[in-house]
Amino acid sequence: MTRNETRTLETRLAQIGVGRDERTGAISFPIYPSATYRHPAVGQSTGYDYTRSGNPTRQVLEAGLAELEGGARARVFASGMAALTTLFLHFSAGDHLIVSEDLYGGTYRVLDQVFAKLGLSVSYVDTTRLAAIESAVTAATVAILIETPGNPLLGVADIAAVAGLCRRRRLLCIVDNTFLTPVLQRPLELGADVVVHSATKYLGGHNDLCSGVLVAREAQLGERLYFLQNATGAVLPPQDCWLLIRSLKTLALRMERHCRSAGEVARRLQRHPQVTAVYYPGLENHPGHELSRRQTSGFGGMLSFRVESPELARQVLEKLRLISFAESLGGVESLMTLPAVQTHADIPEAERLRLGVCESLLRLSVGIESVPDIIADLEQALA
Amino acid sequence: MTAKTYRTATVLVHQGIDRDPATGASAIPIYQASTYHHVGGRPGEYDYARSGNPSRRQVEDAIALLEGGGRGFAYATGMAAVGSALALLRSGDHLIAPNDLYGGSWRYLSTVLPEQGITVSFVDITDLSRIEEAITPATRAIFLETPSNPLFNITDIRAVTALARQRGLLTLLDNTFMTPLLQRPLELGVDVVIHSATKFLGGHSDLMAGLVTTADPQLAKRLKHFQNAFGAVLAPFDSFLLARGIKTLKLRLETAQRSAQELAERLQCHPAVARVWYPGLADFAGRELHFAQATGAGAVLSFELKEQARVAPLLQQIRLPIIAPSLGGVETILTHCWSMSHAAIPAETKLRLGIRETLLRISVGIEDVEDLWEDLAAAL
Repeated sequence: MTRNETRTLETRLAQIGVGRDERTGAISFPIYPSATYRHPAVGQSTGYDYTRSGNPTRQVLEAGLAELEGGARARVFASGMAALTTLFLHFSAGDHLIVSEDLYGGTYRVLDQVFAKLGLSVSYVDTTRLAAIESAVTAATVAILIETPGNPLLGVADIAAVAGLCRRRRLLCIVDNTFLTPVLQRPLELGADVVVHSATKYLGGHNDLCSGVLVAREAQLGERLYFLQNATGAVLPPQDCWLLIRSLKTLALRMERHCRSAGEVARRLQRHPQVTAVYYPGLENHPGHELSRRQTSGFGGMLSFRVESPELARQVLEKLRLISFAESLGGVESLMTLPAVQTHADIPEAERLRLGVCESLLRLSVGIESVPDIIADLEQALA
Repeated sequence: MTAKTYRTATVLVHQGIDRDPATGASAIPIYQASTYHHVGGRPGEYDYARSGNPSRRQVEDAIALLEGGGRGFAYATGMAAVGSALALLRSGDHLIAPNDLYGGSWRYLSTVLPEQGITVSFVDITDLSRIEEAITPATRAIFLETPSNPLFNITDIRAVTALARQRGLLTLLDNTFMTPLLQRPLELGVDVVIHSATKFLGGHSDLMAGLVTTADPQLAKRLKHFQNAFGAVLAPFDSFLLARGIKTLKLRLETAQRSAQELAERLQCHPAVARVWYPGLADFAGRELHFAQATGAGAVLSFELKEQARVAPLLQQIRLPIIAPSLGGVETILTHCWSMSHAAIPAETKLRLGIRETLLRISVGIEDVEDLWEDLAAAL
């Protein structure tokens, strides 16, 4: 496809890679498994030298992702954690980060157990409160990383306000956009510098690949991320690049369905006698509801809910028939997680409990199955 | 998953087995193994990958569940599925088929089957009396395609299957255009349903596959026997991709169908367009019959330009659709039937059927319909 700024997101998604293979006109861009490339002569290159440094299939994916997020450059990695780790390598010993406290346990683990040893210090704050972020900024602070909506409690941070603070204090503003994707939330347009994705989730969307993405708003930072990607090499293999391109084609359709279904499921759970709380930004009583309305075009497919006791939570997980009890999220299949013992197990218990991530909290990634089937499964499991 | 109790949207996502029994994996593994260890010298459920493969089994079960069949069979291409299903016939048999059949099926029926001693009559299958006239003592089966490609002739499936039952004939139907989401031929009395799964079921213009299903255990046994004996089976990786494509079928097809309706209505009002064929149009001749046996109009439409001189410039100027044979992908595909999908049919036959050089077919994708229309209107 020739790049055309007027085309809508749906059209761009469906057309990723189309028209890029000029030799054959192939609709589906080819998978280039080649590890290396023949040089025409000494000092000459076809533009491709070695697949860690550049691969045609990966380039089509990266160009597509940059366009979707509205960034200058995108880089794809072997997993969401590989993307984050590569980004953290941008910082130096002595640097200080401010990170959302309502965040994925894996991010916490790599900061706490890997980067702490490399001299990176981190403050975990409630990033839904701007004042809390501001008071955590020190002379050593270099960046703020927010996950919004948060995981698993779906707290909503004001991206434009955080980005404004970052500009004033010359900090890098990083937004993990995994839960909403560029279809629903566009952090770079709200002033963020870098967007992070676990593309394993909605971008991949079928629970069948692991991948991570970094998108930089400015080319200069994009080049720095390319340097780190090439230097450390946690790149996504060509086959998975191709599969991810395939996934992106239906992203808009899937997100629309995820949003609609999650809204229905959330409202139903809210009325259920055994459910004591439902966390979903689409609910009017959610503290981040109004802010979500302003900065996103949909509330996403993720929700969490609390049941009366840890015993009931375990019962639910045992009795589920349609919904799988599994880590991860964002796929066409509905998945349920017990964050306290799965995704957030690496967060110290006291800290977890302070945040409200106890063993009666369940997180649900609502799939694209028929909504009555999903609700029936939840009801029989709660009964 | 006990899929029969779930709604279609759920069955599409979960299919037959929705988690790997050994590991709980959410995606069914791609079993590349060509052969399987025989424990204690005895074969298990799987003994050799041509005969059976768990990845292939996934899509075979999926099509059976979706169409209401007993067993499903997956092949390397749609034509391999057509050929394998027609292996239910034998030398000396006679087959009745539509005269406006898809070009690839037409080539197989008119050149390959006669060499095997099977004769074929191509008739206007929408006219029940034409079918009756064509029946001889040697007639064994009727082959159907509805809506037909590319002119959307609608065949009354219930009427043809009633006639076939009365005369002891087998019916086979190519359901590629509709998919089980919109039309369920087995429930209307058809014996064997065939799909080019390359199209909507795969849905991403990135694999080739054919599927066959039947509710009749005897026919299933013979299809299984021939699939194994001939071996035109679907490879494990493509089975995985096809299963993955099926998961989003409802989202893709519903979106594309909505856009197709919009484009058909707008094309109908365009001064450069002579005629539009689409079952969703209010004045479409077969509309009532189509909606008596299908729940949607689908995502493919054909239209004819008033002037032949406009065809080449349109194909040159249009930017968004891929110009190619095939259909059913997320990307919109524009086909010049005369030179592409129906190239195998002789010119005089095409003209007799009404497939003129001014005829174009659009398989509407999931792009934004306004982008599609702007592009199409500019090229027109």
